[in-house]
Amino acid sequence: MARVASTRAKVGYTVAAWIVALVIFFPILYTIITSLKTEQEAIAGFNLIPSFTLSSFEAVQSQNNYWRPFTNSVILAVGSTLLALVVAIPAAWAMAFSPTKNTRGILMWMLSTKMMPAVAVLVPIYLIFLRTGLMDTRIGLTVMLMLINLPIVVWMLYTYFREIPGEILEAARMDGASLRDEILYVLTPMAVPGIASTMLLNVILAWNEAFWTIQLTTTNAAPLSAFIASFSSPQGLFWAKLSAASVMAIAPILIMGWFSQKQLVRGLTFGAVK
Amino acid sequence: MGRITLEAVTKRFGDVEVIPPLNLDIEDGEFVVFVGPSGCGKSTLLRLIAGLEDTSGGRILIDGRDATDTPPAKRGLAMVFQSYALYPHMSVRKNIAFPMRMAGVPQDEQDRRIASAAKALNLTDYLDRKPGQLSGGQRQRVAIGRAIVREPSAFLFDEPLSNLDAALRVGMRLEISELHNRLRTTMIYVTHDQVEAMTMADKIVVLRAGNIEQVGSPMELYRAPRNLFVAGFIGSPRMNLITGPEAGRHGAATIGIRPEHIRVSATEGAWQGRVGVSEHLGSDTFFYVEDTGLADTITVRAGGEIDLHHGDTVWLTPDMGHLHRFDVQGSRMA
Repeated sequence: MARVASTRAKVGYTVAAWIVALVIFFPILYTIITSLKTEQEAIAGFNLIPSFTLSSFEAVQSQNNYWRPFTNSVILAVGSTLLALVVAIPAAWAMAFSPTKNTRGILMWMLSTKMMPAVAVLVPIYLIFLRTGLMDTRIGLTVMLMLINLPIVVWMLYTYFREIPGEILEAARMDGASLRDEILYVLTPMAVPGIASTMLLNVILAWNEAFWTIQLTTTNAAPLSAFIASFSSPQGLFWAKLSAASVMAIAPILIMGWFSQKQLVRGLTFGAVK
Repeated sequence: MGRITLEAVTKRFGDVEVIPPLNLDIEDGEFVVFVGPSGCGKSTLLRLIAGLEDTSGGRILIDGRDATDTPPAKRGLAMVFQSYALYPHMSVRKNIAFPMRMAGVPQDEQDRRIASAAKALNLTDYLDRKPGQLSGGQRQRVAIGRAIVREPSAFLFDEPLSNLDAALRVGMRLEISELHNRLRTTMIYVTHDQVEAMTMADKIVVLRAGNIEQVGSPMELYRAPRNLFVAGFIGSPRMNLITGPEAGRHGAATIGIRPEHIRVSATEGAWQGRVGVSEHLGSDTFFYVEDTGLADTITVRAGGEIDLHHGDTVWLTPDMGHLHRFDVQGSRMA
């Protein structure tokens, strides 16, 4: 009885879901609307109907070349993700398939680093970057983004690998598979969905990272998050241009996220659904 | 060929000895069942034979060759797991083909063996499905199919039916017995269910805390359990065990009498009691008789049509020819 919701309840839930979704999406929607306004319209007050002008986009592109930070964003997001996977896959693999009594502690310690506010280590890291010449370089920032997302990547992969039942690996061993065959034909195909969704989520996290990218770059390695920030200038508020820059920054990741929804949901609810 | 010999095989996990030195001979073509309560070491013993666990001491011989340090893949054994352990990303066909692919069996030979196994196991229509699209019973048959095509020298079954519902379990029990009759390959089967042990085995190995309590055919164990543990474990419902003066009268510390070896009468007999719970199965009725002064309850098996009710006074007469006598240590007396 309880499982079969009445039509009224269903309608109610649907309406509620739409309202929540709209509230969450509204800032992005209003950013898109504002980016299609003129500056005069933008500061005039709340208005949902823009004049559909692309002048702000043209201005943004002519003032600051969009493609340079875009390229940086792609390199940083993809680079830091690949680097994180190279480190995290063996780590998660070892912890999932041959755990020791310290495994739990190590995992908790890794996660605990995410509980510390980033600003707490800003000064030492800033100084390290300055002295080693990593300031405003792609390589420095790639490593930085890899390090800050590494705990999450290890955790996600660990949880994924843990879901692969040990008996299946034993069955492969009984079936005559060598360690190489076992990894190639049984483990990897079963782990690929997990690795893929971890990758997607990490690309998004790295793409949206703003704290470190703004602190550790000026022009050369600045990605799109720093590109947006450059439009909120103290000389004046250019809402339309700022919105246009934001739309240009989030559009690629929004499109990617849209097409990989299924994988992402699986990644976000990892361990929760069998 | 599938002759397996365990010589003083030991297994320790840290300081805990789960299998004390154990000797066992399994003849070629035998259906051997390891049975015992949970935690008795029966699955560990099977995994030692499979090579999935390393022995802490002793030797395992397969067809006379020392296989103690041989990896599982090279022992020529096939295993069916409790959880089926199918490869979820492969179709049924590929699951069954996997061991042959690993062994480098030619494609046409693979196809022939898959077709024959699928036919025998009623899987022909499901060959292109993924394990996730199959029922529990079908998954179990795929696991068996994967084992058959290897043409192993012995099959190892680790509680293969415990995830199935009761009706399916009876059906699969028959299928596995038929498979054994057809292939005549050695099978080692682990279960905690003594009914499975009794119905399927040529030879039952009763284990407790890693020790072999008794080895014998189902009827040997039923007729002459070597000690109280085996007496209580084999047979359903359990044997009635009586201590005290009544046992003393028979010159034993404990006497045992199976429910089917007690005659029940409303008018006369050796022991008097009162009917407690009765279970009517149609063909049989089980009475749990209380207030006999012998044990808490005495279980009696009677015909299906017998007319006795809760609270009725009954008389019980044990069949002296089937009375089991045990000494203070719990060992069977001659």
